Amino acid sequence: MLINRRFIPIIVTVSLFLLMFIAGSFRYTGFFSWQVLFNLLIDNAFLLIVAVGMSFVIISGGIDLSVGAVIALTTMISASLVQEQGWPPFVVIPLVLVLGSLLGAGMGAIIHYFKIQPFIVTLAGMFLARGLCYVISIQTITINDPFYTTMAQTKIRLFGGSFISISVVIALVVVAAAIFIAHYTSFGRNVYAIGGSEQSSLLMGLPVAKTKVLVYTLSGFCSALAGVVFTFYMLSGYGLHAVGMELDTIAAVVIGGTLLTGGVGYIFGTFFGVMIQGIIQTIISFEGTLSSWWTKIVIGLLLCLFILLQKLLSAKRAVYKA
Amino acid sequence: MKNIVRHHLFWPTAILFSLLLFNFVYSPDFFSIVVREGKLYGSLIDILNFGAPLMLVSIGMTLVIATKGIDLSVGSIVAIAGALSCLLVSKGSDQNALSLVLSAMGLALLLSLLLGVWNGILVAKAGIQPIIATLILMVAGRGVAQLITSGQIITVNSEKYAFIGTGALASLPVSIFVVLIVLAIAILFTRKSAMGLFIESVGSNPEASRLSGIRSKMVLLIVYVFCGLCAGIAGLLVSSNVSSADGNNAGLWYELDAILAVVIGGTSLNGGRFYLIGTIIGALMIQTLTTTIYMIGIPPEITLVVKACVVLVVCLIQSETFRKALIQRWKTRNYPAEREVTTNVNQ
Repeated sequence: MLINRRFIPIIVTVSLFLLMFIAGSFRYTGFFSWQVLFNLLIDNAFLLIVAVGMSFVIISGGIDLSVGAVIALTTMISASLVQEQGWPPFVVIPLVLVLGSLLGAGMGAIIHYFKIQPFIVTLAGMFLARGLCYVISIQTITINDPFYTTMAQTKIRLFGGSFISISVVIALVVVAAAIFIAHYTSFGRNVYAIGGSEQSSLLMGLPVAKTKVLVYTLSGFCSALAGVVFTFYMLSGYGLHAVGMELDTIAAVVIGGTLLTGGVGYIFGTFFGVMIQGIIQTIISFEGTLSSWWTKIVIGLLLCLFILLQKLLSAKRAVYKA
Repeated sequence: MKNIVRHHLFWPTAILFSLLLFNFVYSPDFFSIVVREGKLYGSLIDILNFGAPLMLVSIGMTLVIATKGIDLSVGSIVAIAGALSCLLVSKGSDQNALSLVLSAMGLALLLSLLLGVWNGILVAKAGIQPIIATLILMVAGRGVAQLITSGQIITVNSEKYAFIGTGALASLPVSIFVVLIVLAIAILFTRKSAMGLFIESVGSNPEASRLSGIRSKMVLLIVYVFCGLCAGIAGLLVSSNVSSADGNNAGLWYELDAILAVVIGGTSLNGGRFYLIGTIIGALMIQTLTTTIYMIGIPPEITLVVKACVVLVVCLIQSETFRKALIQRWKTRNYPAEREVTTNVNQ
């Protein structure tokens, strides 16, 4: 066996991305440019950040359905504090990050200490966060604070007239930090171990409780950070922002080659999972005649394909073991 | 008395009645029912009528959850079934023709049946976790529904089609009868044949059930097909009630409300036992809660916060660890010596 079996999903993901990009470049004029690639990052910066947090949760064998709602809640709190209460942004942003982390930590604690399925606890978290948005306001709150507009409009010039936004820099820093955490810290190793087998990790003396709570805290933090980036992107707070984002995020993580049963996965793969979603949307907008709902159908099909692929690979491994 | 309190339907029913009582105190008009043009009108009738699609979806979901599964795609199936039947009716030359309306509904139900088969095959044959297997259809299904409606809201102008959603039979809404029929079929199917036992057995241990001679995969497949069909009927009711199909918003959040209704009704998410009547009470409770919140004048979106608290409380009560912790606390307060015994014994 030349290639390690663990890398097959990730290789498929990266080749699929390259294939789509090459096909797009041949088919549409103006597709093959740095700017198209950078736009993928600009339009999906928030998705990338959430997906990083979600990867940790899924690798640990859990799931977090509250991410979309936490993003909406973050935009709402930021908008109302900055716009209506006149708080300075450098107080508001750390505050929302702490709130997001606390919400995540709370959910993690309930999941671990009361042994309730993550699915149901984060569902409650989702209801709670969306509901709190509407407690703040039912209307959209537009932000015209100079700090937020600057963050939204600043373009970082790169070679050949192409540019990226500040959000992209934030997202890339998050990805780099996550790769470091996942592979070079004991916390990262513990996450993989718990995803492999929680019982064994406990017997090995790993800090299961601490790690599980921290994983959900990290996901909450990432969602809140994504919410901040989303606020830069939309310049408004609204309770219906990021509806269905949790599904996009899970899809991106799965397409990126992370096993839903936990224990296997790479942040690097998640990055390409997000990029594939972005490139599907770009191709559909370049095509012009196709409507936006094709995005959902194609993502659904890809999701199905990757899940079956995972199933096939893990089934083969089971046969080898036997 | 103790037996009544211990009965699995006690708490859901008690909460439902206390909600109704609150409504009665808050607005005495709540229970008034008037007859106009041979139809009954009133808040209670509204709760039954608007709650009908949720009850239908929840009946299907109960059986799925009883097998330790979950079906996230019901909301999408609701949208697809509504979209297809509305499209077929709107394309017809005479929208009021009975044959057209019936065949449109039949095709929509057939499609939802097939979608159920798809979920069932992924779960039973391919062996994928139910959350993930049904997630595929949940994501792609919304796209398919929008594809059918071309992204627009299709309106139909057919009295016959509107009948099942808004019509009246013996002065009660037709939708109530639809729910009763489906419920009766489900109860007969599960409690008067061995099927219910099979479902519970597969839910507690699929492998042991297979070894004892139950065709686990077939049971799983049937359950998902039934759930798809229930969601399809609910889709017809939803679209018929407003005489239009909206691929984007029809059936949005139904999966979550249905899971909530099932859990409130006392069915455990760990599978192995189910209570159909409890589910119906759970669905009615959710609908009553929504109506109450509308009536008090709180923005309806805040229902979500209340739902979040309900989910959490119900799950905590179901959690064994939580119950043990509570009992432990109570014992510490009342019998400190016993605490010592239990901790020592456990060690």
